Parts: sequence; C-alpha cells; structure tokens
Amino acid sequence: MTKDVSETTEKIATRDAYGEVLVELGETHPEIVVLDADLSKSTRTEKFAKRFPDRFFQMGVAEANMMGVAAGLARCGKTAFASSFSIFASGRAWEQVRNTICYSALNVKIVATHGGVSVGADGSSHQCIEDFATMGAIPTLRVICPCDGPETGRAIRAIAEAKGPFYVRLGRAKVPTVTDADAPFELGKGIVLREGGDVVLFACGIAVAGALAAREALAADGLGAAVIDLHTLKPLDEDLVEDWASRTGAAVTAEEHVLRGGLGSAVAMTLGRRCPVPLECVGIDDQFGQSGEPEQLFQYYGLTADHIAEAARRAVARRQ
Amino acid sequence: MVELEELREIDFTRPRERPPIELLKRAANQVRRDVVTMLAEAGSGHPGGSLSIAEIITALYLAYMRHNPADPEWPERDRFVLSKGHACPALYSILSLCGYFERDALSTLRRLGSILQGHPDSKRCPGVEISSGSLGQGLSTALGMALAAKMDGRTYRVFAMIGDGESEEGQIWECAMAAAHYKANNLIVALDNNELQIDGPIREVVNPHPFPEKWQAFGWRVVGPADGHDFRSIFAALDEALSPDSRPSICIFRTLKGKGVHFMENQVEWHGKAPDKQQLAQALSDLDQQ
Repeated sequence: MTKDVSETTEKIATRDAYGEVLVELGETHPEIVVLDADLSKSTRTEKFAKRFPDRFFQMGVAEANMMGVAAGLARCGKTAFASSFSIFASGRAWEQVRNTICYSALNVKIVATHGGVSVGADGSSHQCIEDFATMGAIPTLRVICPCDGPETGRAIRAIAEAKGPFYVRLGRAKVPTVTDADAPFELGKGIVLREGGDVVLFACGIAVAGALAAREALAADGLGAAVIDLHTLKPLDEDLVEDWASRTGAAVTAEEHVLRGGLGSAVAMTLGRRCPVPLECVGIDDQFGQSGEPEQLFQYYGLTADHIAEAARRAVARRQ
Repeated sequence: MVELEELREIDFTRPRERPPIELLKRAANQVRRDVVTMLAEAGSGHPGGSLSIAEIITALYLAYMRHNPADPEWPERDRFVLSKGHACPALYSILSLCGYFERDALSTLRRLGSILQGHPDSKRCPGVEISSGSLGQGLSTALGMALAAKMDGRTYRVFAMIGDGESEEGQIWECAMAAAHYKANNLIVALDNNELQIDGPIREVVNPHPFPEKWQAFGWRVVGPADGHDFRSIFAALDEALSPDSRPSICIFRTLKGKGVHFMENQVEWHGKAPDKQQLAQALSDLDQQ
C-alpha cells in the first residue's frame, strides 16, 4: 500500500496536487467555483482559472470579503473553494469563516496553502503554525492536513463530495510521495502506514514523511514503530488512536504546528480519556518562525525525523 | 394595526402593483409594535436600528421583492441580507407578517431554542437568507448571491441592508470594490443612515461620511439621499436603483434611529436596550397615534 521513503524519488508539493485535482473536479462538477485573493499563482488555483474562467473569482487582496462572497455563492448552490495562504485564510479571515461560513453551515471549502515553517525564506509573517488550533476551535469545521500529493488529491475529491465547510492545510514545499495513487481515503479515518509494536507515531502533513524516516532509525535500535497518518485532525479518529496506543503503550505526535492546540493536543485529549500512555509531542514550542531553508527550519524548531525518533525513545523509556 | 388577511391576499412571488401606501404605513407601524413588544418580552435587544428600518423593510418585502413564504427556498426568490443583523426584530416581524412562521414565535425572541436568535440564524429561521450579525460580513454574502445569479442566468435581485456605523468596517469597502469590479448590477444595497452608533453619533465616533462621494468613487450608482420613512421617497429610490445600469446600486436612506417612539428617537442609549413594561406601554401608545 505504501512506499518506503528511502525508495521514493518523486516529490510533489501538496499545492501542486491541489491545482491539478481542482481542474479535474471542475470538468465533472459544474457547481464548483473557485475564489482566490491574489495568490492564484502560488496556491495553484490559476490552473482552474485558466480552464474555467467563468467559474473563477479573483477577489484581490481582500480575504475577508472573499470568504463572504464564497459563502453567498455556496448559499446559492455552489461548491465554493476559497484559497489563499494559510496565515490569511485562517488568520485574517478567521471570523468570517466562523460567523458567516460555519455558523450558516455553508458548502465552502477553505483550501489554504503555505502552511507551516516549510514556507521557508518568506519568514514568520507568512508561516502559519497556528491554523490547526484556530480553525479546529470553530464548531463543526472539519480540519484536514494531507501528507503528500496523492493524498491531497483524494482529500480534495472527498471534500468536494461532502456537504459543509472544511479547512484543508497544504504546503509550499515539495514533499516525498509516501502513499500510493490508489490508497484508500476516508474523511475522519486515519491510515496505518506501517505497523510496529513498541511505539506509535501519529503524524499529519509533511511530518508523516519524517515519522516514516524516524521509523527506520528506530528499527536500527531494535524498536518497532507504527506510523499512523492522521490526515483528518478534526474529527480525530479516536478509535484508531486508542487502538494503537493500547497496542504499543507509547505514543508520539509530530506536526508542523505549535504544540498547543494542534495534533498533539488532540491526541493527548483522546489518550487522557481513553488510554493514558506516555506521550511525547513533536512540534513548535511557543515560538514564531523565521526565514531560512525548510530543512534548516525543521532542524532549528525540532521537527526532523531525528527529533521524532528521539521523542519515540523518550516515550518508550517512560513506559519502561 | 394590520390584518394578516390583507397581506395574505398579496402574491409575493410575482412582480406586482404596489400595495396602497395606507396599507404599507399600517404594516410598518405593526413592525414597530412587534419590535418594541418583542424586545420588552425578551428583556434585551436593539430597538433603535430596528425601528429606523421599518418602512424600508416593509417596502422591500411587501412591494418589491419576489419571494415565497410557503417555499422559503424557492430558487427564483429575490434575496434579502440583513447585514446590520442586530436589527433582526424588524426582519422577524415582517417575515411573520408575510407568513414565514407563526406570529406566536415572536414572543420567543432571544430565548433558548428559539428560531429567533439574538442575531439572524439561517439554519433556524425560515426566510432568513444567511446568518449575520457580525458587522460588515453580510454585504459580502449578498455579492456572492448576486454573482451566483449571473452565473446561473437567473433574474433574481439581491437586496442588502447595511448600517452607517457598519460602514466603518473595512470589509464593506472590500466588497464595494469587488461588486463594482464584477458589475454586480443585480445587487441593491439600502444604507440605513440614522447617524447614530453604540458609542455616539457616527460623526463623532469615526466619521464615515461622505457616503455618496465614497460609493461613487468605488464605482457604484448612488441613489438618494432619500427619506427612509416616506414610502413615496422609498419607492422613487428603489425604482431608480432597479432601473437598468451596469453598476451595483446603493440607496442612501436618511432615517431616524428609534423612529416612532418619541423617547427613543435619535437617542444613542436606545441602540441596544429593551423597554421595560411602562416604557412599552408608552411606546405602544405612541404607535397607536400614528
């Protein structure tokens, strides 16, 4: 079902996969409209704009209005995809997403690119590391962060068919393809990428590749690590989290997000209630990002495969 | 007072002759009676800006908009978005008069489980087009509806009501820019220019004037200022706003906050305060004489 990271040569940015699948969906779903706020080249909605100019709305640098217009289009039967960078889609327009889109339960899909510090050189103002928390806090809004290109395609297809609002966080950087083109995808259901008996690594987004690499490092130590792709942060697949925590007795979360309010918090809440085991969380510890190459930033903020492996060793040690 | 039977005779789904002004006046008076009665019962809410829009919302629902109380989701309906959502008691009143829900529901305003939330909730209340209440946001949704009409080749119009204090929100001007850019000439905005906001006169809080010059500069057709309490003036303004043009239109309606209840008129403190029993009796007595 899945490939080893080490075997993978193909790297695709999740935003590129989004641009492709939007055009495919546009062919079969005449009700789909797309809005962007002067970032269509970067979010890749430009492909849709070129193919379906009458169904694309360039809203200019005005994210608040974009969300409202998307809501109005959705109220009239459209499936509205609204895209921008995640800092603006989830930050600048947070209250529009809450009060207009989600409170009215409208069919708006907020697909935000450039999430996390892997944005790189643009620096902190453009590196959104709080969106799982801010978007996840909005009642009824479902939050997804796919791990690679193919999974992005499956996620976008799934939300296009599902009613109601979604927030999807995508990245700028190219990421290894770790899932197969025909892998299954179900909203709200995590995916067991690797089995293992000593520790479970829960990850989302770009951190999934890191978790897979960490698994190899742990194997060299004689530790078997399960790797679970929790692409849907909300609603969290609590049954799967409990199942693998109870099988292994030690858990790690990994995400390109601040520690507070992200995947780690969600998993901790589940484990605290259903299966208390040692848990170590890999994420950004209450700091802003900064300019740099993505690899440098991952090293600086403690998000690499080595950091995940070290967290796993700590969790295992605490169990023993 | 207005008899429901008088209104039930109107077929709201069709373009129609205007109901007699005498009937519209009584209907607007009923809206005001409903507003003060609902608020007194609820113990909270926003009388001033609800009373100031009574004639405008009455004209829209009874004389202009094509809509269907028996089928609130009728695809061809004209849309109405109350962007200044705190004025929802007036909207709830006119919806109930048109028959969207039972008149009894008005007494549940702001109560747990009510379809009549403190600000409009489209999931709960039939006839409420979209949830609103956070200022500046409703107008953008109206633009989205107008764009959808054009995409689908539908002829419905989208009416949005905004406030003058609300016009201090940046999102209003984001939307103003986009609506003109997209030539959304099926979007008609009514500005309730009552000159007051929560913290004081709009000119003293942060002056949003001059409205005509601003909207013109943003590429809109500006109609008025018209008298928002005079039906002939409202008709003239809406007729002009609905005549052919490539631009979206805004009707600037000069209104009096708290209109119709003497002790509320032009009083800042009646923005968001409910009348007590005695004040309600006084208010209804005022309205009896109109």
